[in-house]
Amino acid sequence: MSNVGALNAAAASFDAVARDAVGPRGARPRKTFSRRNVFLYGALALAALYYLLPLYVMVVTSLKGMPEIRLGNIFSPPVEITFEPWAKAWATACTGLNCDGLSRGFWNSVRITVPSVIASIAVASVNGYALANWRFKGADTFFTILIVGAFIPYQVMIYPLVIVLREIGLYGSLWGLVIVHSIFGMPILTLLFRNYFASVPEELFKAARVDGAGFWGIYFKIMMPMSLPIFVVAVIIQVTGIWNDFLFGVIYTRPESYPMTVQLNNIVNTTMGVKEYNVNMAATILTGLVPLVIYFLSGKLFVRGIAAGAVKG
Amino acid sequence: MAALGTSVSVRDLSLEFGAVKVLKSLNLDVADGEFLVLLGPSGCGKSTLLNCIAGLLDISDGQIFIKGKNVTWEEPKDRGIGMVFQSYALYPQMSVKGNLSFGLKNARLPRDEIERRIERTAKILQIGPLLDRKPSQLSGGQRQRVAIGRALVRDVDVFLFDEPLSNLDAKLRSELRVEIKRLHQTLENTMIYVTHDQIEAMTLADRIAVMRNGMIQQLDRPQAIYNRPVNRYVAGFIGSPGMNFLEGIVEAGGEAPRLRVGDLAMPLDGYPFDAAGFKHGPAVLGIRPEHVALNASENWPVSAQGVVEVVEPMGSDTLVWTRLGAAPLSARVPSERAPDVGDRVGIGFDPRQASLFDAASDMRL
Repeated sequence: MSNVGALNAAAASFDAVARDAVGPRGARPRKTFSRRNVFLYGALALAALYYLLPLYVMVVTSLKGMPEIRLGNIFSPPVEITFEPWAKAWATACTGLNCDGLSRGFWNSVRITVPSVIASIAVASVNGYALANWRFKGADTFFTILIVGAFIPYQVMIYPLVIVLREIGLYGSLWGLVIVHSIFGMPILTLLFRNYFASVPEELFKAARVDGAGFWGIYFKIMMPMSLPIFVVAVIIQVTGIWNDFLFGVIYTRPESYPMTVQLNNIVNTTMGVKEYNVNMAATILTGLVPLVIYFLSGKLFVRGIAAGAVKG
Repeated sequence: MAALGTSVSVRDLSLEFGAVKVLKSLNLDVADGEFLVLLGPSGCGKSTLLNCIAGLLDISDGQIFIKGKNVTWEEPKDRGIGMVFQSYALYPQMSVKGNLSFGLKNARLPRDEIERRIERTAKILQIGPLLDRKPSQLSGGQRQRVAIGRALVRDVDVFLFDEPLSNLDAKLRSELRVEIKRLHQTLENTMIYVTHDQIEAMTLADRIAVMRNGMIQQLDRPQAIYNRPVNRYVAGFIGSPGMNFLEGIVEAGGEAPRLRVGDLAMPLDGYPFDAAGFKHGPAVLGIRPEHVALNASENWPVSAQGVVEVVEPMGSDTLVWTRLGAAPLSARVPSERAPDVGDRVGIGFDPRQASLFDAASDMRL
């Protein structure tokens, strides 16, 4: 039946077939150097160049010796590559009384960032989960208060917090700073988690309740395993925010426990002696390296998490 | 206390969200082993009622009994229910086996008992080969089967279905529908099933509760609801293609009452009026398309002429649209005897097969 039909059609349109064979067929060809592509990639390249230029200057300068820097050609690549500025920035640069470089600040920052990130995310994710899924009494009021917190300028709270920390005996310690960071991360992280958990289908939550899972059971066994992407986002936000923080670091800690950013400032802004541009550049790159690494590592994970979430399931 | 043989019993159930009354003092008794369908358009409160029975929503007033036990304040897991959701609601990060065993692990059942139940469930639903897969690797029909399995392993008395087939395509839907019916016949559990699909309701139910605005309009066997709807709303909601409505006036004519529609008088002798008997005044006659005959040879109590306006072939039958006076009227005729558009046809039907509603209250007369 279909064969006969095909034959008939073939016979009837014999001429047409011959004619159409010459015409366009299949995927439309695309030119590599179309005007659109030139504009698009040109604009992208320009923007990338604009942002990368300062980084280039920093890297190049940090690899030069001081005599070469004094020549004044900041864009020229180093004639004699030296890693001495890097070593000095890390291990021997002086800040105040200490001459052990940024390494002290680095470990201080690690000791501040890791517990702050863990504590703030742990509390905020449970907050968000409770707000999104267990509409407890007063949930809306609680949420409003929390969000208002996000709009109050930090500077307003600095002095009251100093007093509070002094009264509980944590002023000047790393743990005091950890608490401060955890508190200030709370509003935005709670909002983040609440909105994410609110997008999880409600029926999933209901099914888990019928299956006899309680508050923590649902959180640990259903919600958390489903929410890797948002946890990665929260880690990115918190690590960059806390690592790059300067204000709280300088206020709530003592010189021996200053975070890396404060120490960097002290190295770069020394008023005595020669300005060692190469050491300053190396120190700055070193300080900025941690958030950068986090971006590169978790960025990949983040995309994978998003992709996994996008598959119907 | 609920009567013996009653599985689920709802007493004066009310639910309010602020000023909005979603359920209004609702009463419902479901017998042991019965398949009850809650049917209604979206927003009528049918899913809300199911969620209240499941314990997923806190009620404002009233009581709920399951198997004679007052479960009004019980947690969902303690009510002896299993629930199947529209979106399947499978835990995406767990395998099928993990999904089935989650509730049993929460109940701290011994491991060999869990294994035994999963094996039995997998056999009933034929999902054995899927046990190690993740939900994302399953098709829609397989997912819903697993979701049913998750209710089944709990070994409960009452199954609650919340529009379980609405996310499936038409073919799968009819396949799973038969399967659910078969499951019910095998297990003989009580099942409460929420749907907006009247075909599902008609085919599955022992009894249907038609709901609207948080109230049950009619609770009866499917055939009774189809043939003797209590009000115009139920009449219009049940049946596809929908019922025809003809507005007219009931008047006493000679020895029997008549319904006057335009200049056509329809004799109502033999119409099963309710206890109150007939009364004069405006009324609406509802007649199903399959009860309207076109060009039939017999003598019909009501006969008229009309012109065919639209013809809708539906395969085995054809729906023919014509007019009776000013009102549109559809008739369901065998496809091989369907007239063409523009044909003049004789229309005939028997008011005894129709339903008569009061024009003001919409209630059945």
